[in-house]
Amino acid sequence: MTELPRLSHLQAAGLDALAPLPPDDFYKAAAGRLKAGGRAVSYFGFPEEGRSAPLENGSAGTRLVMILAFDAERRLEVLSMSAGDSFRALTPDFPQLHLFEREIAEQTGLRCDGHPWLKPVRYPLKAGSPIPPGTADFFRVHGAEVHEVAVGPVHAGVIEPGHFRFQCHGEQVFHLEIALGYQHRGIERRLIGGPGQLTSHYLETLAGDTTIGHASAYCRAVESLSGTPVPARGEFLRALMLELERLANHTGDLGALAGDVAYLPTASFCGRLRGDFLNMSALICGNRFGRGMIIPGGTAFDLDHALIKELRLRLDAAFGDVENAADLLWGSSSVMERFEGTGIVSRETALALGLTGPAARASGVRRDVRRDFPAGAYLNLKAPLPEDAPESGDVRARAYTRWLEIKHSYELINGLLDSLPSGPVFAEPGAMKPESFTVSLEEGWRGEICHTAITDKAGKFRSYKIKDPSFNNWQGLAMALRGAQISDFPLCNKSFNLSYCGHDL
Amino acid sequence: MFKEIISRLKQGYRTMEFPSSEIKLPHRFQGLPEVNPGAGMGGCAEYADVCPTGAIAAPEGKPVLDLGRCIFCGKCAKLYPRVFNFSREYKMAARKREDLFLRGEAFKRAATLDEAMKRLFGRSLKLRQVSAGGCGACEADCNVLQTLSFDLGRFGIQFTASPRHADGILITGPVTQNMKLALEKTYAAVPGPKIVIAAGACAISGGIYAGHPETAGIPAEIPVDLYIPGCPPHPLTILDGLLRLLGRIE
Repeated sequence: MTELPRLSHLQAAGLDALAPLPPDDFYKAAAGRLKAGGRAVSYFGFPEEGRSAPLENGSAGTRLVMILAFDAERRLEVLSMSAGDSFRALTPDFPQLHLFEREIAEQTGLRCDGHPWLKPVRYPLKAGSPIPPGTADFFRVHGAEVHEVAVGPVHAGVIEPGHFRFQCHGEQVFHLEIALGYQHRGIERRLIGGPGQLTSHYLETLAGDTTIGHASAYCRAVESLSGTPVPARGEFLRALMLELERLANHTGDLGALAGDVAYLPTASFCGRLRGDFLNMSALICGNRFGRGMIIPGGTAFDLDHALIKELRLRLDAAFGDVENAADLLWGSSSVMERFEGTGIVSRETALALGLTGPAARASGVRRDVRRDFPAGAYLNLKAPLPEDAPESGDVRARAYTRWLEIKHSYELINGLLDSLPSGPVFAEPGAMKPESFTVSLEEGWRGEICHTAITDKAGKFRSYKIKDPSFNNWQGLAMALRGAQISDFPLCNKSFNLSYCGHDL
Repeated sequence: MFKEIISRLKQGYRTMEFPSSEIKLPHRFQGLPEVNPGAGMGGCAEYADVCPTGAIAAPEGKPVLDLGRCIFCGKCAKLYPRVFNFSREYKMAARKREDLFLRGEAFKRAATLDEAMKRLFGRSLKLRQVSAGGCGACEADCNVLQTLSFDLGRFGIQFTASPRHADGILITGPVTQNMKLALEKTYAAVPGPKIVIAAGACAISGGIYAGHPETAGIPAEIPVDLYIPGCPPHPLTILDGLLRLLGRIE
């Protein structure tokens, strides 16, 4: 078998590392590595030299790039091929590629041969094929007493739009298909030729609740391409912000899960506490979502003694109250009755679909970028994953995993504050190297974020590929509903709490 | 049951008084910007170039900041601190689009609905939220109003599950092409007379997505009654705007 080029996380490489294999060798190598336990971190296409941008071209001259991770070995690999006007789907053997291949077909105009369910992903604007979202064929189950339930894009709650199509037999769900794309606002295309004035704002708003996660991944990509060393204090503050983001969202999710089974004490307490964590971010940088804090070269704000003292006070108080609210939840038998055994995703399914983050860990797939591909402050942090983590893959496991991670993040933040290095928080970044590429991974609160940046001759972005963890995990939610009751959908949905805008870009 | 009661005592009463002079936002919070046209330094073209969303213009050599486009990044204030300054004021909702153009005069806060509408909605307003593009942060800050910290319900305001039960819609996001139809249908489904609220820079002006062919903006047939600026608006900005609209704060 062809020896695949190894890739180091956040080490800018020349474009020769993306030298294309002959297509047959590419498919063979990809299948071999995926069979050997590899996981597609990203798989995308970008136009060959001299070709116009994706979507505007629609035919020959696309380079396909697959980034593979072997988490346990902490190893990244890359392989590439040049596609004429089509490429062969590997989805029938490797379901984890299903959405990547649909996305490639949509973004590059390449014909995808052999994909079992080739549908649009985001229904982008395309001259000549104006398909409104949610209107393509859905997988249907036929038979007496089988009925279809359509939900969305406007939902009952204050929530982003998406369309859910259930095939049901009475209460039982045979199949759920999720159609997204309503939030598509064309961000990836606008990043080409950057960084520009809006670039950091686009990155901070890929998913508004993951501002720190995506901004960090972006900044690391720029820093790796420009060879900018970030001061240690800046790295610590970034990790602190990332963990605060995790605390806020996980706490909010515990409350929302409690709300979905009508257990109001935890729902009410956690709703307030989520806001308290967001207000801690505002204390540090003025914005509850951490906008403007993470910038290429470090952070925009520093902490002084008074702020650290205030932060510690608030953190301890909020954590104590979350602990109290969580204790109530685990101690309530009526809550556990609803959580246990609901929406099970098996370990095999999680692996086959390439799930990431708490959703994967709750099914016993223990991957975490902070441990497997650490960067910045995480390089020196003792951050072992909780040992007593549940693996049952049900709503309870996904909820309890969040609680374990809340405790873990609280400890991490305390550790960061205890050992905060002195010195500056920012170093001016230099120009990005021309004709290079880098892969930047970050463990956002939902799971693995992957940004792959490729520069042109002038050192500007020739391609910038974004993968939000929701891109991997939406299919996990669909599988959790197999055989479940349709009335359990809100609870299952909340146990994943995936991003629509992060998926739709 | 006893555990829950003990927890309630431990967690305490957490609903904030509102409106209240006690509310203090963090020192680094960037609220309503102030424009000082007198401090201009001749040619103002450079102000305009500084703003990533094109919120600043300088007709007749005087700087004008469009609050509806501003994403509160603070770049203008950092580069031209004598001309632009971000206060910690969160009250900045307005009834008219033109009231969002800041020229250095006192900000015109949102006025109350007319008498007939106020009689209908002043003590009870049900809103259907329509998320139409954007990043989900505006939605998050609407959601937070329903927590016990803000307790939106005590003011008689609630988000409903169906447009059929609503008195109006609250729109967030730049209205993507892919959400335009759903927005129009939702608006049509609300019985009249109805109220429309645009929350966040995206809904008001397209925000950072303005000019993308993937976004359409709020259609002209959907007239906006209240503009709530911000990226995203602070929950207090939304709450203040809603209560002013209903005449609960003067």
